[in-house]
Amino acid sequence: MTMPLAADRGGGRPEAGAGGRRTMLEIEHLSMFFEGITAVDDVSFSADRGRITGIIGPNGAGKTTVFNCITGFYRPSVGRIALTHEGGAFLLERMEGFRIARHAGVARTFQNVRLFPRMTVLENLLVAQHAKLMRASAFSVAGLLGLRSYREAEAEAVATAEGWLGRLGLTALADREAGTLAHGLQRKIEIARAMCTEPKLLCLDEPAAGLNPRESEELNRLLLGIRNDFGTGILLIEHDMSVVMKISDHVVVLDHGAKIAEGTPAEMRNDPAVIRAYLGEEEGIPEIVAGDIARDRAEDREGGAP
Amino acid sequence: MSLRGVLREAGAAAFVALALALPLAGVRLSDGGGDALEFRPWWVVIAVASVFAGRAALALWRSVGEGAGVPAGLPWFDRAVARLTPHRTLLLGAFFLAVAVLPLTPFADRRMVDLATLVMIYVMLGWGLNIVVGLAGLLDLGYVAFYAVGAYSYTLLAIHFDLGFWACLPLAGAFAALFGVLLGFPVLRLRGDYLAIVTLGFGEMVRIVLINFSSLTRGSEGITRIPAPSFFGLSFTANPAPGEEAFHQFFGLPFAGIHKLIFLYYIILVLALLTHLFSERIRRLPVGRAWEALREDEIASRALGLNPVLIKLSAFGLGAMFAGFAGSFFATRQGFINPSSFTFIESAIILAIVVLGGMGSQVGVICAAIVLILLPELARDLAEFRMLLFGGAMVLIMVWRPRGILAHRAPSIRLGAAAPGRAGGSAP
Repeated sequence: MTMPLAADRGGGRPEAGAGGRRTMLEIEHLSMFFEGITAVDDVSFSADRGRITGIIGPNGAGKTTVFNCITGFYRPSVGRIALTHEGGAFLLERMEGFRIARHAGVARTFQNVRLFPRMTVLENLLVAQHAKLMRASAFSVAGLLGLRSYREAEAEAVATAEGWLGRLGLTALADREAGTLAHGLQRKIEIARAMCTEPKLLCLDEPAAGLNPRESEELNRLLLGIRNDFGTGILLIEHDMSVVMKISDHVVVLDHGAKIAEGTPAEMRNDPAVIRAYLGEEEGIPEIVAGDIARDRAEDREGGAP
Repeated sequence: MSLRGVLREAGAAAFVALALALPLAGVRLSDGGGDALEFRPWWVVIAVASVFAGRAALALWRSVGEGAGVPAGLPWFDRAVARLTPHRTLLLGAFFLAVAVLPLTPFADRRMVDLATLVMIYVMLGWGLNIVVGLAGLLDLGYVAFYAVGAYSYTLLAIHFDLGFWACLPLAGAFAALFGVLLGFPVLRLRGDYLAIVTLGFGEMVRIVLINFSSLTRGSEGITRIPAPSFFGLSFTANPAPGEEAFHQFFGLPFAGIHKLIFLYYIILVLALLTHLFSERIRRLPVGRAWEALREDEIASRALGLNPVLIKLSAFGLGAMFAGFAGSFFATRQGFINPSSFTFIESAIILAIVVLGGMGSQVGVICAAIVLILLPELARDLAEFRMLLFGGAMVLIMVWRPRGILAHRAPSIRLGAAAPGRAGGSAP
């Protein structure tokens, strides 16, 4: 395998062209019950490869639960989660978490960053390539003997990691302990680590949380770059409306565990059900969100729409 | 801290000392027999006064330290380590050379070689446990069980099947690894305290089985006359059986008991070195990094496609294997084993060596083993104060070096440096 980063960057979007829309993830009638509480209620939607699908909704809408079902951390109570790509077809609701990551090609990040804090950045990115390296080291035997085949595989893995660090502009931090880095950097590295598993579907749980506007802007560019250069399907949970609305190709809105709307960002912005979910019918609903939406609309009017 | 604060702290400590000393030191059954109690008020006074003075001195010292901005953790030690680190290879090489020629130097006597062998057994055990505790982060309080499995498998194989030491060694290691994996299965979902309790129970189970399975293990009587290893077929006896040749005859030396001790010393040196090389190497392999990743964050590891079951079992198995090797060496060195060599205190000492040395630090294990094994042995003259000294050393290490003697973790790989250890450039 050659370095994925060498893929044509200027070549535009390989899949998402006019006729090239391909469904990769199909979620049908997904429900999740926790001791009588319905966290997810009969949710169906699909996500395409080479496109960014945003999942939004107020706090407690069940977004992270949907994620945990897709990535195998929960076993859904009802429903089917099918993933199809050239690597095969998988029914994710029946697979164990680590197998979903390893065989089905689904990678994820976490709401509260989960790097390996006492390992260096480079080591973090190498752990993500574990399955490949493990095979190359013949389950450690070739590695223990220091065979050339293993050394070459390791050099290749380091090159992949280095490529990602170069893309993020963080090559100088490769040998730093991950836990000592600033929050914004850790978020980026977590995304790079997920990409080192060479996923077909990348699930990001609130990647913009805790980022300042500049970092948030860089994040948008990074995600668009990943979509355009690798054709990876991205599933994005986000609270920050400005991020979702700017980069999503498609938006799914959840509230109280159920899907209330689905469509393009522009459609969602004006959807009465969505506005109701965010602003509520009574008073006293978070003004921050209201402010976000108002600001977004203002930006739209000024012609800054994506 | 004000003088009043100091006095209050010292007073509180003295009160605790009083409560403890009254029943423990102040009263005892008189030597004359019968139920007469003998009161020893001076013992209580001495205990309370020394605790008061000690605590006051500590508080004063600390308040002075606060004023001068002295951070805890012995900064001069850190500076010394930082200065020595670049010469690490040279220093370790010199140390290794010294260790290698130690028994050949003229001032090496039986006691010294024997002590060095003992320390080395614990260094090896520490390195083995380091894989489980330091790298994989699985708190194992029953490590001595695998040591026992190794010792008994060597003994039983050697006695019943007439196998030599070198043939038994890998088998004993394999048996111990098997037990490691067996223990691993039920505790896969446990972490931290819960794991510690289960492993503690496992260690006791093995010991109790060894005591009660007397048809095989001869119970607490133990097994005697365990064959000693031979030097390429040459035994270390004064009068070898007819048809055999002894080491001293072959080399034309006068018989000396120390030959066998020196030979044993070199065996454990080689075994310990193997353990070291193995764990240094495997730490830099995918599986080693997976152990550390699992220690740092199991959920994130799973999200990256790491199979926690295999990774934990491999750590348990490999860690246990080295305990098995050390166990068979122990059996052949002693020539006699019984279950009382494999009590919980052994597990605790090995764990203390790993923790005090600094989790995951190979050199730290050597330092801690020297302190914890050599100190009590050298302090035998102090008789009853020996264990007090031992406990005091442990407390002091934890006060001064809360993360262990050498807590530094070297990255398993650096960017742009083929060989680890060559500076990557951007490290702070």
